[in-house]
Amino acid sequence: MKKLIRALTFGIIALPLFALASSGGMHLDKAGNDLADKESLKRGFDSYVNYCLGCHQLKYQRYNRTFTDLGISEEEGIAKYLQNGQKPGEHITNTMPAKDAAKWFGSAPPDLTLEARLRPGPDYIYTYLRSFYVDAERPFGVNNKVFKDVGMPHVLQGLQGIRTLDEHGNLTEATGGSMTTEEYDAFARDLANFLEYTAEPNKLEREAMGYWVIGFLFIFLIFAYLLKVEYWRDVH
Amino acid sequence: MFANLMAWIEQRLPLMDAMNKHAAQYPAPKNFNFWYVFGILASVVLVNQLLTGVWLTMNYDPTGDGAFASIEYIMRDVDYGWMLRYMHSTGASAFFVVVYMHMFRGMIYGSYQKPRELLWLFGMLIFLVLMAEAFMGYLLPWGNMSYWGAQVIISIFGAIPIIGDDLTLWIRGDYVISGATLTRFFALHVVALPLVLVVLVFLHILALHEVGSNNPEGTDIKKPKGSVPLEEQSKFQFHEQYTKKYDIVDAIPFHPYYTVKDLVAVVIFLIVFCWVMFFAPEGGGYFMEAPNFEPANGLKTPEHIAPVWYFGPFYTVLRVIPDKLLGAIAMFGAIIMLFLLPWFDRGVVKSLKYRCTAHTINLTQFAICFIVLGALGTMPATPLNNMIGTIASFGYFGFFVALWVYSKNEKTKPVPERVSG
Repeated sequence: MKKLIRALTFGIIALPLFALASSGGMHLDKAGNDLADKESLKRGFDSYVNYCLGCHQLKYQRYNRTFTDLGISEEEGIAKYLQNGQKPGEHITNTMPAKDAAKWFGSAPPDLTLEARLRPGPDYIYTYLRSFYVDAERPFGVNNKVFKDVGMPHVLQGLQGIRTLDEHGNLTEATGGSMTTEEYDAFARDLANFLEYTAEPNKLEREAMGYWVIGFLFIFLIFAYLLKVEYWRDVH
Repeated sequence: MFANLMAWIEQRLPLMDAMNKHAAQYPAPKNFNFWYVFGILASVVLVNQLLTGVWLTMNYDPTGDGAFASIEYIMRDVDYGWMLRYMHSTGASAFFVVVYMHMFRGMIYGSYQKPRELLWLFGMLIFLVLMAEAFMGYLLPWGNMSYWGAQVIISIFGAIPIIGDDLTLWIRGDYVISGATLTRFFALHVVALPLVLVVLVFLHILALHEVGSNNPEGTDIKKPKGSVPLEEQSKFQFHEQYTKKYDIVDAIPFHPYYTVKDLVAVVIFLIVFCWVMFFAPEGGGYFMEAPNFEPANGLKTPEHIAPVWYFGPFYTVLRVIPDKLLGAIAMFGAIIMLFLLPWFDRGVVKSLKYRCTAHTINLTQFAICFIVLGALGTMPATPLNNMIGTIASFGYFGFFVALWVYSKNEKTKPVPERVSG
């Protein structure tokens, strides 16, 4: 019985389920995003709610925290983002049942709160969003250069347009979308910026505090050193 | 009033006497160098881990369903929770940095040699418990690397013949790593092992103060009573525990001289520590590994399972040997060798400065092999890496064998009687 359970467990583990994007050695474009740019974060938040949230939750991130950090007033936030009697203190979730989602996509769409820390940073998200191409062999007709055999459709196709992959591995535009390339890159940058924010909402506060702490320690070091010199006069 | 109270206590519990014996009148060699700060730094990190650990425990949920989310709760909703967590996670890596340096100090200056063998053994037990503590602590965030790292390490015990399978089942409390494993690791991590650790640290310091500190020259600061003229003895006052039997030379009281000197070292250490904590808490993916930012998932193996960097050297020794049982034996053997170091070294001269050239070469190659093994432990096991790892493993074990051979009739330089300058 025990052997059977173990065999089953390892059988399941070994199943090549959802291909992991390989991060090693892949080329990523620089997102060039700025966490301090609140307008960019707001645009990213809007885009996230409009295009991503339907499938991908941010279940560790709260609405009101996001409002505060992005400089959105509570009234505006409630009116614009909360539906179906959601409270501002709730996490940013959707109503898609995970079980059904797994059936539809082969695997439930992952939560993206920490995506920027799970993957190699906002650059990954920026590059990923711009790397979809036509692949007739995939269930949704698209594949992705940085996430091989990705399980999701190209939700942003209407904005970006359709691109194809040539034999040299370069992406070329086949049909244009509603956005120009520059507009779409800015759109992807804002989204990447927003997801870097949700992955660690305290990042700017942390770094700002770090300068003070280390500055204090350097001043303390001077006094600690002088104290040592003073005491050690007895020894020498 | 206050003096009366102090006297009243002193008659019943000699606190001041203990303070004098272990700090204000404890004779420490006056020539401690850079390498001697790591013991104090290890104590600082231990206190950091204990305190931040207490506060983290207040908001942590040790269940399979809640653990990962409770960490994010600490990171986002608890006031300064992110700081407590980064102090604790950075502290774990810092602990091993300072402990490895502390151990290497002992090897450079022969601090494990007679009469400090028991002191070394207590230190090694601390190292062993620390590894268990760190390993169990790493499971608690319940990230995917926590899960698979623990899976790999626990499966090592399965290599033991006959009892292996039952042993791993007993450790996990389940057929796979599950919530049952998490709760028991939590109990051990926050209660059992810290208690053991604190007791061992206490014994380590008691044993140190009984035999006294070694120093970079490897000389003895305690000379037989009456053998040193008064004007050559240390001018400071030491506790009668030490002066009763010995004449003390080249020594200064630990407090205030080393407390103020160590304070400088502690501040420098904190600058580095805080730099990592505030600006690179992930430590480039070595202190916090990327797959740990998604919850434990028994169905999704990370592409490359690597134990945390500080287990690297021992993990590589395990991995380069194709046979699992032999690999496990070699891995535990690598730690046992360190335990037995005082008996592998048959020399009488302590400090590297006065030992034979072969010893300098041997210790240098050991340090290089240790670092190479550590680096390989974090990399994928390619044939080339395995080949380098095998060579480095030979270097690691070869250190002890070579030491045993040349230390018997070693050609040493004359050791000075006293610390000069």
